[in-house]
Amino acid sequence: MSISTSLLGNPLGALRRIGGGPLTRVSTLVLVLFVLAALFAPWLSPQDPTFGELGNNFVAPSPEHWLGTDGGGHDTFSALIEGTRTSLVGPLAVVVFATIGGIAVGLFTAWRGGWVDTVVGRVLDILFAFPALLLAILAVALFGKGLTAPVLAMAVAYLPYTARLVRSLTAQEKVRPYIAAYQVQGHSAVFVALRRLLPGIMPTVLAQSTVNFGYALLDLAALSFLGLGVQPPTPDWGAMINQGQAAVLQGEPLSAIVPAVAVVLVVVAFNVVGEHLGDRLAGRES
Amino acid sequence: MPILEYEALEVALPGMARPILDGVSLSVAEGEAVALVGESGSGKSVTARAALGLLPAGARVGGQVRVGGAELIGADADTVRAVRTGKASMIFQDPRAGINPVRRVGDFLTEQLRLVGGRSKAEAEARVLELLGAVGLPDPPRHLRQYPHQMSGGMLQRVMIAGALTADPRLLLCDEPTTALDVTTQAEIMAILRRLQREKGLGLLLITHDLDLAAATCDRIYVMYAGRIVETGTAAELLAAPRHPYTAGLLGSSPPLHGELTRLVPIPGSPMSLAQSAPGCAFFDRCHFAQPGRCDQAAPPLAPLGAGMVACHRVDELANSAAQEIR
Repeated sequence: MSISTSLLGNPLGALRRIGGGPLTRVSTLVLVLFVLAALFAPWLSPQDPTFGELGNNFVAPSPEHWLGTDGGGHDTFSALIEGTRTSLVGPLAVVVFATIGGIAVGLFTAWRGGWVDTVVGRVLDILFAFPALLLAILAVALFGKGLTAPVLAMAVAYLPYTARLVRSLTAQEKVRPYIAAYQVQGHSAVFVALRRLLPGIMPTVLAQSTVNFGYALLDLAALSFLGLGVQPPTPDWGAMINQGQAAVLQGEPLSAIVPAVAVVLVVVAFNVVGEHLGDRLAGRES
Repeated sequence: MPILEYEALEVALPGMARPILDGVSLSVAEGEAVALVGESGSGKSVTARAALGLLPAGARVGGQVRVGGAELIGADADTVRAVRTGKASMIFQDPRAGINPVRRVGDFLTEQLRLVGGRSKAEAEARVLELLGAVGLPDPPRHLRQYPHQMSGGMLQRVMIAGALTADPRLLLCDEPTTALDVTTQAEIMAILRRLQREKGLGLLLITHDLDLAAATCDRIYVMYAGRIVETGTAAELLAAPRHPYTAGLLGSSPPLHGELTRLVPIPGSPMSLAQSAPGCAFFDRCHFAQPGRCDQAAPPLAPLGAGMVACHRVDELANSAAQEIR
């Protein structure tokens, strides 16, 4: 039975098949819920989160405003749901770029070996020295606020993590006899590396990327919080926390706490699931 | 013309005290079975892999390696590929490590024909099923759909042999093909290899550390020590009258297949590592007959003696009698 049919036919069974402790299952559930929220945001959010009634600010949770309203009278629950989209799409783009780039760099250098490996390895070391956030702020300074520049900058900052992992896994696999067996069959190096070696190490790489997703989300939220990322009125968790600052000082912390809790939940969930995937793979290999 | 010919092959890694291979010359004729015998680290696997253009990364290489007349040292990718796809193939020591564990056995076997040879899936499968029958695997169609972990080591080594034969090579390199298998399976695998080699008239280079196995399987034997050939001759000769003290030592340290079991005499010391080198004979430290002042001065050349060749300074004095003594 494929994973997709099991998911459609029996969601609870699928959750059980993921294995791990209750924490892993709850984390998986949290992630599924947030992804669903992101996918169906326009239909799920009860109100337009960009529409604010100034006379209606800091309303306490009520049937009409489930999580109350912020200082501008925007519905917090709707903003949270709509904000899921930008808050997840940013890190997704970072992780996709970093994973593809990291695989390309890591696979190539480990396969080639020699001075290419050494030189690229040192360049990655230099990149490691730059905090992702700093690089993103630099990109904003150069290319302006918004999502694109920080995402690209962070993709570059996250690339070394994947590249180094792929490099070491490839170096490990490359010397195994089955790779030599493919080579003596006359297959091209590109074929052996991309089509036969890479699929074998992909699970480990994806587990690492899952953990990276959480950190990327945290970094991008921090950037929005600093006012350099996604710009209002586009709903975004980091931007919501930023706007909630003043409210906290006025004794109305709810509109800042809600997105903050969402960030924490998703980051922790991604970490737990990523570590679980990593553990499972390590267990399978030993 | 020999199907495989090494001429003074030299392979050295930078930073090592001695080269991995130091002037290895060896030949295998069409239809001939030749064994290369030596301890771990003697360089026998490196020798075999060089015939398929697989050399250690960063190694300095000299000399010549010709497979079916095609020179491999310094050859371009196309030449190497032509040798790999049509002239020579290799059977690795551990079939469980040599076959991709995450793909079906059928994929491993048909991939060369389909992706490199350009044959259709049906053609490739028909050819593979025929070969699986020839290596004595029962119910071949079922095994095509299995994963390596679902098969035993002996079955997998048959798969490996079939895989090595798909492209109809003229030369088969076997790198300790039975070391990872248990004893009864070893005999079966060797019997299959010998039968196929004779039927198809293949040149065969068997890499092994087992001199008896080599003598039982092959026509000629090369004995290797610390990257050099120290003795060569026909299998019968070498087994009956070893002339290099190292060959004699190898024979003396393993139980005979037939006859009474006598006391086994181990070779003292351990093989020379790549970090060590010696100005004279590499076997000097471990040799019963080593003569200081002579054997430790210069490396003995590989010189013809009778039908074979021996690299020993004292071979004339020792003759057969002395070397026989330690058996």
